[in-house]
Amino acid sequence: MIELFRQRKYLQFILLLVIFIILYQSIGPSETNVLWRFPPLIKAFPIFINDSISYLMFEWWPIEVYDPDIQEYEQKPLVSQFTRMISGFILFMIEFIREIMLGGVKTIVTFSGWDWATANPWAKWPGLPWTVVAGGATILGYALNGRGLALLVGLSTSYIALFGQWEPSMQTLSFVLVAAPVSVFIGLWFGVWAFRSKRIEAILNPLLNMAQIVPHFSYLIPVMVFFGIGDHAGAIATVIFATPPMVRLTLLGLKKLPPEVAESGVMSGCNNWQLLTKVLIPTARRDILIGVNQVIMQCLAMVVLASLIGAKGLGIHLLIALNQLKIGIAIEMGICIVLIAIVLDRMSLAWANKQTDYFSNPTFTEKYKYLLMFGVVFILGIMFAYIGTFIFPEGINYLYLIPHNKGISTAVFWQSGVDWIWDTFFFSLKAFNEWLTVEVLMPVKAAYLGMPVVATFTLAMGVGFIVGGIRSALIVGGFLMFIALTEWWDRALITAYLMTVSVLIAGFSGIVVGTLCAQNPKSTRFILTYCDTFQTFPSFIYLIPVMMLFGVTDTSVLIAIIIYATIPALRYTVEGLLSVPESLQDAGTMSGVGRLQRWLSIELPMSFPHMALGINQTVVFALSMVIIGAMIGTDDLGQLILGSLSDRNGVGNGLILGICVACIGLAIDQILRTWANQRKQALGLN
Amino acid sequence: MKFRNTFIAGASAILLSATGVAKAADSTQPIVIPLHNWSSQLVMAHVIGGIFESMGSNVEYVPADSQAVYESIRNGDVTISHEVWQSSMGGSFYNAMAKGGLIDAGTHSAATLEEMGVPTWVIDENLCPGLPNWEALKNCKDVFATADSGGKGRWLEGPQSWHGTLMPDRVAALGLGDDWTVKFAGTGAALWAELASAKKEGRGTIIFNWTPNFTDAEGFTFIEFPEYTDGCRIVDGGDGSCGSPKGWLKKAASYKFPKSHPAAYSAYSKISFNTTHIGQMAALVDLENLGAEEAGAKWLAENEAVWKRWTK
Repeated sequence: MIELFRQRKYLQFILLLVIFIILYQSIGPSETNVLWRFPPLIKAFPIFINDSISYLMFEWWPIEVYDPDIQEYEQKPLVSQFTRMISGFILFMIEFIREIMLGGVKTIVTFSGWDWATANPWAKWPGLPWTVVAGGATILGYALNGRGLALLVGLSTSYIALFGQWEPSMQTLSFVLVAAPVSVFIGLWFGVWAFRSKRIEAILNPLLNMAQIVPHFSYLIPVMVFFGIGDHAGAIATVIFATPPMVRLTLLGLKKLPPEVAESGVMSGCNNWQLLTKVLIPTARRDILIGVNQVIMQCLAMVVLASLIGAKGLGIHLLIALNQLKIGIAIEMGICIVLIAIVLDRMSLAWANKQTDYFSNPTFTEKYKYLLMFGVVFILGIMFAYIGTFIFPEGINYLYLIPHNKGISTAVFWQSGVDWIWDTFFFSLKAFNEWLTVEVLMPVKAAYLGMPVVATFTLAMGVGFIVGGIRSALIVGGFLMFIALTEWWDRALITAYLMTVSVLIAGFSGIVVGTLCAQNPKSTRFILTYCDTFQTFPSFIYLIPVMMLFGVTDTSVLIAIIIYATIPALRYTVEGLLSVPESLQDAGTMSGVGRLQRWLSIELPMSFPHMALGINQTVVFALSMVIIGAMIGTDDLGQLILGSLSDRNGVGNGLILGICVACIGLAIDQILRTWANQRKQALGLN
Repeated sequence: MKFRNTFIAGASAILLSATGVAKAADSTQPIVIPLHNWSSQLVMAHVIGGIFESMGSNVEYVPADSQAVYESIRNGDVTISHEVWQSSMGGSFYNAMAKGGLIDAGTHSAATLEEMGVPTWVIDENLCPGLPNWEALKNCKDVFATADSGGKGRWLEGPQSWHGTLMPDRVAALGLGDDWTVKFAGTGAALWAELASAKKEGRGTIIFNWTPNFTDAEGFTFIEFPEYTDGCRIVDGGDGSCGSPKGWLKKAASYKFPKSHPAAYSAYSKISFNTTHIGQMAALVDLENLGAEEAGAKWLAENEAVWKRWTK
């Protein structure tokens, strides 16, 4: 009997559920009962953290720094001097790229100083006419992958220019062109490191989760103190957010390689470096390139939030337009962000897939034809811009730069579309919303809030125990204990409720739709483009119409989270199904499997590692939306993080609140990952 | 090193004052002006930037969060913040000042009010008889109830970063706690979406709002709460049963600003916009659809009489 119980996991789960329900029913709300809520023993911890960080930011190891502006010596802590040096370098890179496209004085000022630049106003770097940048990008697209890519690039850049979003788009682009390569490089490096050492992998995993989940509002003020405010601060916050998927996918790709690949490399006499760069990374290219795609998507997903710490470009203009409820203009800008993301992604993909041709022997013009083409475009573009000064003698020279919001606009079209949806569906959606809120969401939320803390721990640790033994149970319990001892347990329960509902819906629909779409190359391409689009299209834009329809309610918050969190479930399901080896499929065909059998017995098990990562990322994405939820209006941890911005002890509070959000994610990750590893072992995939 | 520098500085100061050229020139380092996401602030940023530029200074604009910016001001990364709203930004402003590095550079003459209120049509249609007096709220919670408010009326407050728990405290102190609940909207945009949606539906709504604001044009009426007196709020030791004060609109500056740009700072401290000016600036963007930069330039060109005297 006991033996049977030990083997049948579902029996264990049923027992756990029974205990949970008994605990739930028997302990009622009470201020004094420790079993209902733990006392906030580490209530003072955020203040301690606050003081420590303040000490690090403003006092530790002071050195004298001369400020020529106010002609005084100032006491500055060494750490921030060091971090400021880094940010100075990053800022220079961003400004340099930006000024090639738009012109300006910052690059010159870096070398000459403001005094000289002010005295010599002619010393200004002229920006390129938009025609030259657009033409150049199109030629690059052609050189990388022929006519199709050239067409995509040409149309995208023309759209951005003609719709009057050129300047902010190039500002955004220049900051992405710095943040993305840095993320790819760091991610690749850490991924390889984790591949080499199990211990590093174990240390990295929670850190990666934290980097993705902790809302960067939590560390907004430390970033502003250490790195200053501006594009560089935005770039740094972006790198923190965008690197983790690169690490994960590099690791996933390298792990999947059969040992024979490395062995053959070693046999051919590779040293370590050659083995890595010539054998392992190229062979794991498929997954590493998904990593690059993810970095680019995440960088552009951060455009709006980065603008809150000084990143110039589309982000701030979007916020302005939305605050005036100009949804049409906001949609146009959102499309610009998506186009930049897609163009960068397709170009980097084409570049990485381009094979070097060792055998041809090109003539001079063949070898340099693209450079020559660019030379022609360059001269023509400047000539047109010059002619433009005669065509448009007063005001705007459309052949040089179409100023912000002075191009063609389809805003009216989008706006009327939004209005139409509103007029048509308002009342039916309102009824649905009321039903959902009253019948589903409010009861679920009340159920979460009515959970005695002991019941929550029993359930979570019990699941941990059944899945991964005592070790998992303790890890899960540890993460929850941290939250339970702060004074924010109830807020965390609300976050958990929003996350559970959205992950269930997002995970289920992602896997089902992903599987259906992966059956056919056309629908596969469509669904991946859909993922790219909604991963980068700023959620704020569709949130305004959603808020108008559903009000400032949890329904709006859930819609926002689900749209974003479905993406990894979809993407990783599709990628997983596509990575099933051809030979296995053939073997299946020969054994005469049916469609359903193929899916159940070959495709699903083989793509399991990808799907597990996908669900893990769904949880992470859902939790990273906590702050967006707060911007709609919630009463969970996210709202307190927003509140901490103006709080006296805000730095400590914000950070600990952010870590509480991450702890939820880490606890779930522990259970999911242990389970996934067991499944992989069972399937012989490790 | 430090001594030598003070010595030299002191000596040169004496020398300069002896020769009669005591006025130090402004630094050529750019003055950094923050950009937030509402119209009047954006236009005023470019108006003030234009004033500085007319005096020969370099100016740079940087987008920033309207709460976090005060930390950057006190560190000297951002030079000014020219629209500090008492109710929603006073907390961050005074926190930064207490930590040191932020100075109060005077107050605009514009009178502001930040308070809970209803769109005027709610009063015209008499959805809740007795408004705008707050006592009317005791009898019409149902008009303002929503699906998720549990049968209570809903106050839609701004994000918690604006005034913390001020509104929940007030609801409790006024004895409205049994009938009303406070919901925090996360952004200004969420408030405006709620206004638009309530109007469409003809449903009553109470939101946090302020004046001067673009919502003035459509008609917005603030609720009259018991009058604000010094110390009536819970944070100041009172019981919290009072409305918002007639608010100020301040200008903040970094401690470095008067030292690095004495002339520009002197002009900045004299700048004082009134409600009409702010309304004009917002209207250029909201009604005439100009970009903030254009709007700033246009306002400067049309109102030289107003601002020229500050630069002298």
